[in-house]
Amino acid sequence: MNVHIDPGLCQGHGRCYGLAPALFREDDEGYGQVLGDGIVAPESERDARLAALNCPEHAIELAEEG
Amino acid sequence: MAIDERFTRGRQEAGEGEVAGTRSEIITSPVRDWATDFSHLEPEWSADPYPIQDDLRQRCPIAHTERFGGARLPTRHEDVAAIAHDTERFSSRSVVLSNFRPPRELAPIGGSPPISSDPPFHHDARKLLLPAFTKKALARYEPATRAFCHSLIDSFAGRDVVDAAQDYAQHIPMRVIADMLGFPPQDGPRFREFVEDLLEGINLPPDERVDRVSRMFDYLLEQVHDHLDEPRDDLTTYLINAELYGRKLDPPVVTGAMALLLIAGIDTSWSAIGASLWHLAKTPADRERLVAEPGLLPTAMEELLRAYAPVTMARLVKEDMHWHGVDMKAEDWILLSFPAANRDPLQFDRAQEVVIDREVNRHAAFGLGIHRCLGSHLARMELRVALEAWLERIPEFTLDDPGAVTWSAGQIRGPRALPLRIG
Repeated sequence: MNVHIDPGLCQGHGRCYGLAPALFREDDEGYGQVLGDGIVAPESERDARLAALNCPEHAIELAEEG
Repeated sequence: MAIDERFTRGRQEAGEGEVAGTRSEIITSPVRDWATDFSHLEPEWSADPYPIQDDLRQRCPIAHTERFGGARLPTRHEDVAAIAHDTERFSSRSVVLSNFRPPRELAPIGGSPPISSDPPFHHDARKLLLPAFTKKALARYEPATRAFCHSLIDSFAGRDVVDAAQDYAQHIPMRVIADMLGFPPQDGPRFREFVEDLLEGINLPPDERVDRVSRMFDYLLEQVHDHLDEPRDDLTTYLINAELYGRKLDPPVVTGAMALLLIAGIDTSWSAIGASLWHLAKTPADRERLVAEPGLLPTAMEELLRAYAPVTMARLVKEDMHWHGVDMKAEDWILLSFPAANRDPLQFDRAQEVVIDREVNRHAAFGLGIHRCLGSHLARMELRVALEAWLERIPEFTLDDPGAVTWSAGQIRGPRALPLRIG
């Protein structure tokens, strides 16, 4: 699974880095950033989905691989 | 002593006098019909707005009133979200609905930037403040906030009944924001007056309202002078020195932003902490579960924010238009109810219930679109720390007298009297 934040939609609510700090961090202005290359390990997939489902701006995109 | 000509008294006073803008008739008669004559100042609304909002969502999802010179009230999540995202058609020039509309020329800055600003100014003014309000930057205030919560609880010793709104909730954000702005911590009672003047005094005669608002700006100017004389590491000194477009900020931008941080920083968290304690006092199962499972608090907090979202914003319609089935006129107010959006059954399962382990919770308590609450990370820290300290020290509490609970009037809703039995 791949995770991506649309910077045009993110408003810095911070639900993603609150719920899944292993996958996301905040930048210097509080906007969400994906950590690393955005590839989600199988054990983190639940957290990635939870973050996406709680984003008030629908800014998190998840792409299932293959 | 530093001289900053922007803030010399003569210059400030020269700008005073008749305040331009549009005044509308003050109507205080009881509401006849919520769909065509709503008023968010009605005692019935303050006491329990949710049945009214649920009814409107069914039969008239964008309600109307002639009060306040004309206003609209959307109650569906879809409409609230669309307006919050549409800065082309809806202006933030004034975000507190009243009988006074500031002049159109006040846009795009507005009286209390950046909350009152429209693009493109909004983005630049907000960018100045964002770094101070990240989760990481605010973490440094957490130990002092926790210690302060414990000191408030220490002061309850020997009492069986305390007022959780007056003796606890209100003091926490007041202390934190005074610390962030570098204002004297003992000025809390004055902050409370400013909050009430601005947010609850909206049906006062406009001139009296102007007088009260200028009292707050006089106070803020005193604080500016104090910081010019003695600069320190706080938000007031930061705003005095901040630059936009290659020059320092105009004085109304400095004091307007200070006003925003002070007002928006206080009554909102005060309301959220109070409403959360009110819910837990009257819902023993939720209280007992949170005491037993402190790890559930972050999830429960989001649900309490959804169900009892304290903040409703306002917008002004820019031009006459037909929008989502209704005719809107230029200068109509929009009462942008995030609380109503948060209880829309099309958006949330069991929308009217408080489900403290609700995992999927895309609530709008901190707004949507470019005006997402600047202080949301601060509010979450204050709410979490206030509830953690309370539940740790006072795991058992109930409403002492449900009939004695009172709620604030206007756009920010939270308990203002909340007697709890703790012993």
